Amino acid sequence: MTGATTKAVGSSHRRGDATLFVGGRGTYIDDVAVPGVLHVAFLRSPHAHARIVAIRTAHADAMPGVVRVVTAADLAPLCKGWQTSQTYPGYVLRTQYPLATDRVVFVGQAVVAVVAESRALAEDAVELVEIDWELLPPACDLEGAMAPDAARAHPDLAGNLAYQADVGDPENRALFDEAACVVEAAFRFNRQTVMPMETRGVVASYLPGDGSLSVYQSHTAPHQLRSLYATHLGLDEGRIRVICPHVGGSFGAKIHLYSDEVATVAISRLIGRPVKYIADRMEALLADIHAREQIVTAKLALDAEGRFVAWRAETRLAMGAFSTHPGSSVQEADEAVRLAMAPYRVPHVGGRLEVVFQNKNIVGQYRGVGHPIAAAIGEHLIEKAAAAMGFDPVALRLANYVPDDAYPVKTRTGIDLDALSHQACLRRLGEIIDIPALRAENERLRGEGIHRGFGIACFIERTATNAPSNAHIRKATAQDGITLSVDPSGAVRCAISVTDQGQGTHTVVAQVIADELGVPFDRVRIVSGDSQATPYGSGVRASRGTAVGGELALQASRELRAVILEAAAQLLQTGAERLSMTDGMIFPAGSEEGNGISLADLAEVVHFKPQLLPRGAQVSLSLSRHLGHDWPALVPTNGVQASLVEVDVRTGAVRLLRHWAVDDFGTIVNPLLVAEQVRGGIAQGIGQALFEELVYDPGGQVQNATLADYLVPLASDLPDMVIDHVETPWPHSVLGAKGAGEAGTTGAVGAVLNAVNDAIRPLGASITELPMTPERMLAALNRL
Amino acid sequence: MSGIHTIKFRLNGRAVAKHVEPRTSAADMIRHVSGLTGTHVGCEHGVCGACSIVLDGAVVRGCLVFAVQLDGADVETIEGASDSGRIAALQAAFVDRNALQCGFCTPGMLLIAAELLSREPSPSREQIREALSGNICRCTGYEAIVDAVAAAAKVKP
Ligand code: FES
Ligand code: FES
Repeated sequence: MTGATTKAVGSSHRRGDATLFVGGRGTYIDDVAVPGVLHVAFLRSPHAHARIVAIRTAHADAMPGVVRVVTAADLAPLCKGWQTSQTYPGYVLRTQYPLATDRVVFVGQAVVAVVAESRALAEDAVELVEIDWELLPPACDLEGAMAPDAARAHPDLAGNLAYQADVGDPENRALFDEAACVVEAAFRFNRQTVMPMETRGVVASYLPGDGSLSVYQSHTAPHQLRSLYATHLGLDEGRIRVICPHVGGSFGAKIHLYSDEVATVAISRLIGRPVKYIADRMEALLADIHAREQIVTAKLALDAEGRFVAWRAETRLAMGAFSTHPGSSVQEADEAVRLAMAPYRVPHVGGRLEVVFQNKNIVGQYRGVGHPIAAAIGEHLIEKAAAAMGFDPVALRLANYVPDDAYPVKTRTGIDLDALSHQACLRRLGEIIDIPALRAENERLRGEGIHRGFGIACFIERTATNAPSNAHIRKATAQDGITLSVDPSGAVRCAISVTDQGQGTHTVVAQVIADELGVPFDRVRIVSGDSQATPYGSGVRASRGTAVGGELALQASRELRAVILEAAAQLLQTGAERLSMTDGMIFPAGSEEGNGISLADLAEVVHFKPQLLPRGAQVSLSLSRHLGHDWPALVPTNGVQASLVEVDVRTGAVRLLRHWAVDDFGTIVNPLLVAEQVRGGIAQGIGQALFEELVYDPGGQVQNATLADYLVPLASDLPDMVIDHVETPWPHSVLGAKGAGEAGTTGAVGAVLNAVNDAIRPLGASITELPMTPERMLAALNRL
Repeated sequence: MSGIHTIKFRLNGRAVAKHVEPRTSAADMIRHVSGLTGTHVGCEHGVCGACSIVLDGAVVRGCLVFAVQLDGADVETIEGASDSGRIAALQAAFVDRNALQCGFCTPGMLLIAAELLSREPSPSREQIREALSGNICRCTGYEAIVDAVAAAAKVKP
């Protein structure tokens, strides 16, 4: 080891696991080998809404290689069903079961499971199961969902409304009637899905002998799963172990619990043998959480000077047949309405959300959860108002921001905000883009018939959940835990409850530990994703890996450092306050090198030669700590993005030319990893803006459940992206980091929406339905 | 339907013989019979490229080729390409540029990028983007992958 003392925090350490992945040596869920494992395949509902009249399984059951055909009746004694853990007053819920009981309520719902010696045999046997259906009218129309004669998603519902809430100020029409300018728009955000490249999967092994259950699952929160399986299957939580191996992307898809997953685990309990279920891509597109589908109307009133006077937004979210679990479906709509216009001083902000049942798959919590929509609707109307009133859109924002030095503030919708930096971020954007020159160039090109547009969107997100104020989702979000120990070799082992799906949580946590303890980065090893090996905690969701996991690592490392220095002080017969540790070497302040002791030598003594230490309390170079109860509900972040696009008015195609982002994530632990989180997030936001849509027909059939038909952005679709930062450390933690995983997605949707509208506004056109497909563009341009 | 076929082919430079059903895809056989799990399955319908393998020198989709079609062929997987060192510059560039997150698309990306560089040693960014456009990555937004391929192209083999 050389005497390098550069701080790990703030430097772009490469990820240790990356060297595994580039050799194809990751271990994903389908790579987990369990001897004697059987394979599960599901018969899924072909209907949006139907009664199950009869299920005939005899042919499937008799097929060679089939071990068991399982229906809801078989699992009823094992699992009493579940509703969401995240409840709201008045939220109407329907109970989900592992397999459909008497009715199916969306296309793709799991109905019958076949267990066989191979996946191919299980799939063959699924074909032999016969079901008699009695079709029921499906509720699939979002606009008409609340009409008195509308079909009901469940026959026993009084209506399709699952939840409604008014937020912020009550509607005040006079403010809009008397305003100098009012802009409004109706938006439609079509249904999409998450689409991690690795599909979901579970390997479950229940041992009847001792009642223990081991579950391997492609998921981000092993402890949460353990609690949920204990609750839903009536098992002793202490005998359940959940392991999340390498996860091939989540983005929200793998923070939820799905009925096919519960069914797989219940089947292992039922038959007492290890079973495996890996979703295929069609199942993933049909039954992984869907996202976003909502219709929104919004309006913004301004005075003659361009000051924002009043804002109102109303949204209706197509929840699907059930609420997601454990986090609810409501959050997507609630965040959208609450956070719209949150960057600005607006004296009057109000909104309403309605969440409705539909005979479609469940809408859950996808990257950004409501925030992309909040940003898109607010920022679209701001640019529309700027155009209508002849203001520069940048100046209009600057004139209306909550100033950076005015925080903390509480929004009219009840959200606490602190340490945000809209002015600084927009100013920084203006430094990296010559916006007037870019607009002038667009103007010049317009003269040549080239339609370019430039759009900006700024946003606020709420990240890093970890709070008792969210205790109603205890199973989803409570706290985090860490165990730090020094091996006899002097290596530092960290077992932590936050997990890593490739974003680099392990690397970031190791960087923090290296700095705080004073050991080399490569002497720190991280273990996560195993409920048996790590202390209880929430896993990863809501961009919490660095903000929460990093802070936890920091606090625990400081304590362990004190323990180490105390032990070293006893050995060196000096005071601990005189010692420090750098690069794994402990020595008295101001002393020559060589007077100290290495951490490895100290660990050797503590483990094997305790007689060299004074008699008394045993020294342990290991401690566990938890973080949660003094943590704020959510850590706000902010940022701004800009997009430059070119619209081909003959074909309706939108070409992305360039994309910029300036974010404030507080302290940045690893600039390389943060920048790639932002880029990956932007790609998904662009997907929502331009490409991604799951198309349901009026009867509730999905029209495009293949990857050939569900379009996600490809390398040739995307532009290069410029990523920059403003750093306002989070003042309520020592590390000062905020969540960075979702900002890319959150800002990109509105930026692209605004850029496209900037391109077509001079043609008298506008578009507010996403994705902005060529067909929708041509319709907006009146060229269909 | 079935009947089990015995096929003989070269896998990462070694002669092998396997017994397979006619319906088994090359990707499934490589993963579950040969135990080489670096060949990933992301869609099973030829769209994502995660299952890429090199068949007689050309990158193909392992989910669209039947195992029986490998009879007599020369097959290389990501493990073989990695162990032989022939994609080492690309691998190093991917790690250095953080051109992967979850790693699920990565084997396919590396194999297709290696094919591009063997055909076109100094590709433009547009050519790189074009070459990668048959492979889906959901994590990175591709730019880091493009950068990594461009960086690897500058490294003399
Ligand atoms: S799994 Fe073969 S192309 Fe997707
Ligand atoms: S790195 Fe996750 S899909 Fe590409």
